[in-house]
Amino acid sequence: MAGFRLQYLIPVAVFLLLAGVFGAYLMEIGRGKDIAALPSALIEKQAPTFALPAIDGDGPGFSTADLAGKVALVNVWASWCPPCRAEQPVLMRLKAEGVPIYGINYKDKAADARAMLAELGNPFAKIGADSTGRVAIDWGVYGYPETFVVDRTGRVRYRHVGPIMPEDVDRIFHPLLKRLGG
Amino acid sequence: MRLAVERGNFASLSAPWGRRGSGSGGESVAEPPRVPSSPRPSPNGRKGRAKCGRLAAAAVATLLAAFAAAGAGAVEPNEMLKDPALEARAQIIGESLRCLVCQNQSIEDSGADLAHDLRVLVRQRVTAGDSNDQVIAFVVARYGDFVLLDPPFKPATWALWLASPAVLLLGVAGLAVWFRRRSRLAAAPPPLSADEERRIAALIDREAGS
Repeated sequence: MAGFRLQYLIPVAVFLLLAGVFGAYLMEIGRGKDIAALPSALIEKQAPTFALPAIDGDGPGFSTADLAGKVALVNVWASWCPPCRAEQPVLMRLKAEGVPIYGINYKDKAADARAMLAELGNPFAKIGADSTGRVAIDWGVYGYPETFVVDRTGRVRYRHVGPIMPEDVDRIFHPLLKRLGG
Repeated sequence: MRLAVERGNFASLSAPWGRRGSGSGGESVAEPPRVPSSPRPSPNGRKGRAKCGRLAAAAVATLLAAFAAAGAGAVEPNEMLKDPALEARAQIIGESLRCLVCQNQSIEDSGADLAHDLRVLVRQRVTAGDSNDQVIAFVVARYGDFVLLDPPFKPATWALWLASPAVLLLGVAGLAVWFRRRSRLAAAPPPLSADEERRIAALIDREAGS
């Protein structure tokens, strides 16, 4: 070909590179990845130490000791948080499958929290009331709901930001719980 | 200057889940001071002009006050520490920590609920005697490096820090190659063809003959 130079391929190569990067990201999003969700600083680290009172304020609530020796979910929720209400049926389904789920009730009113559980069901083995939000900060929570998977040794293995959608159960939770032997 | 209204909007816009932003609850958003609009200059004489000057000065003073208020961020009076030295340290620490709800504001600037909680926590740690680095390490242990508005230089952030200098270097190298080639072409023009040589010889012969 007359006048053809190799440099003419540079823009084409740049285009193909960018298209490849964007395409790979779009594929990830298509598979259900939330690219806005931040990675947790607690992954592969020991779950924070805490002891929260029950929602009513009396009696034992939920503390680190409850997580000992089991694969469990820790769900941070509030009755004022619509996505938390939306994911409640999914949590009920996981509970029915025998997955132990523990709740951290974030900055909620006891009456509102109880009303939500009465309406949508209570998937939690134990619930701690985090009225100041201080324990949620120890877990690195920045949006609600958030769900953590803790393994038998008490280490945090996964953090899910936002509501657990039904497809997330098959895509993420079932394989992970199976791998951890839950 | 970041206005109160913007703050609220950003908080609610960037909250995909049920985050408690400052959008509607508005815990700490202060009304920006109103700037008096300057009147048209009076057509008759000095009196009007003097009045206009005073009003302009007042407007400038109000604007400056607004800028000063914006500098103080979203920190509420009841959050501040009594000891001004400790409070100053807490503000310096807070300005380096990202509010994870709004993500492009520091916790000192953000009206979000979580930012308020973190401001209080930073002040507790400072009062308890932690150094600035200890307080920042405390927050990073919970929220990760992303919470730092000035990210550290480490393998995971090499691409972030080095990408723009690399692109700049590539551009400079490209320009250098282009200039070099152009000057080389200008310095050595292509040799004349046989036809051109013949035409020049013919012209010289004609000059000599006349």
